[in-house]
Amino acid sequence: MVTIKLFAVYREKAKTDRIELDIKTDTAIKDLLEILKERTPSIKDLLTGGRGMIAVNQEIARLDTVVKDGDEVALIPPVSGGVLV
Amino acid sequence: MSSFTEEQIYRYSRHIILPEVGGKGQKKLLSSRVLLLGAGGLGSPAAMYLAAAGIGNLGIIDFDVVDMSNLQRQILHGVEDIGKPKAESARDTIKSLNPDVKVELYKERLSSENINRIFENYEIIVDGCDNFPTRYLVNDACIMMGKTNVHGSIFRFDGQVTVFKPKEGPCYRCLYPEPPPPGMVPSCQEAGVLGVLPGIIGTLQAVEVIKLILGIGKPLIGKLLLYNALDADFRQVKLRRDVNCPVCGDNPTIKELIDYEEFCGIARH
Repeated sequence: MVTIKLFAVYREKAKTDRIELDIKTDTAIKDLLEILKERTPSIKDLLTGGRGMIAVNQEIARLDTVVKDGDEVALIPPVSGGVLV
Repeated sequence: MSSFTEEQIYRYSRHIILPEVGGKGQKKLLSSRVLLLGAGGLGSPAAMYLAAAGIGNLGIIDFDVVDMSNLQRQILHGVEDIGKPKAESARDTIKSLNPDVKVELYKERLSSENINRIFENYEIIVDGCDNFPTRYLVNDACIMMGKTNVHGSIFRFDGQVTVFKPKEGPCYRCLYPEPPPPGMVPSCQEAGVLGVLPGIIGTLQAVEVIKLILGIGKPLIGKLLLYNALDADFRQVKLRRDVNCPVCGDNPTIKELIDYEEFCGIARH
């Protein structure tokens, strides 16, 4: 089981702050994202066109980082806010 | 500066008594130069605490004017400031709080044309701007000029804070290499924001600025602090410099500043 934690716009679109995915074997992030797109169509566009940051166990990860049972994956989009300068 | 006035010793007594600050640290603060990008939601609390702390020289860049809808979160401004340039309103508030602070105003829109001229006068840049083209411009300029960027950003109930220090940690592009496509991330105006949220995030930015100037504690270099107001959740994510980063990597491909807005298509205001 891998827990996906969703932040900011991901959470808003998915209407949940976490998704649990059963994975049988160790899986690369890029494959995990494909599974997630199937499972959660509401964030499919964000995951496809998006340039969010991905962290595994609270450390920045890459698309080829491999996740295993028990890992926590966080999807963190860029946010801006503030004022126009 | 040589020595404190009696009034300054009294004003900063709660700092001076802290071993981590002391008289020496307070003098460092009084001779420091910090630039605030924006006198809005993030810039307001940052400006007020930095001014109160005795940051000697505060630059403020903002070309906007105060609007009623700003007052829900932009605590530098009041009802009587509506219609006034935010930079001027910010200066008046800062001056009434601490006349020790020299305030320099830049009522202009930040671009690749003026960024070098403005940034060169400051050691630390406090980024509280509202759009991605400027975030990338600021990031790239900070890397090229060796300036430390104290980054804060907000979305509805979520905030992010980190410190980008060239050569010591990653930059914004190591996290997010290119601006998001238009529409992926709505602006505050489109999405709304809890008024207190920039208060929390801007205040955290002020803490990081002071730590950096004093050289105390562990600044958020290589760490992204995430805050969610609804869950009262703070967490940190460890970051790494990306050796393939287009601007701070081993073989940078971006060597000139880019004004993204022309083709980024993000709604202004």
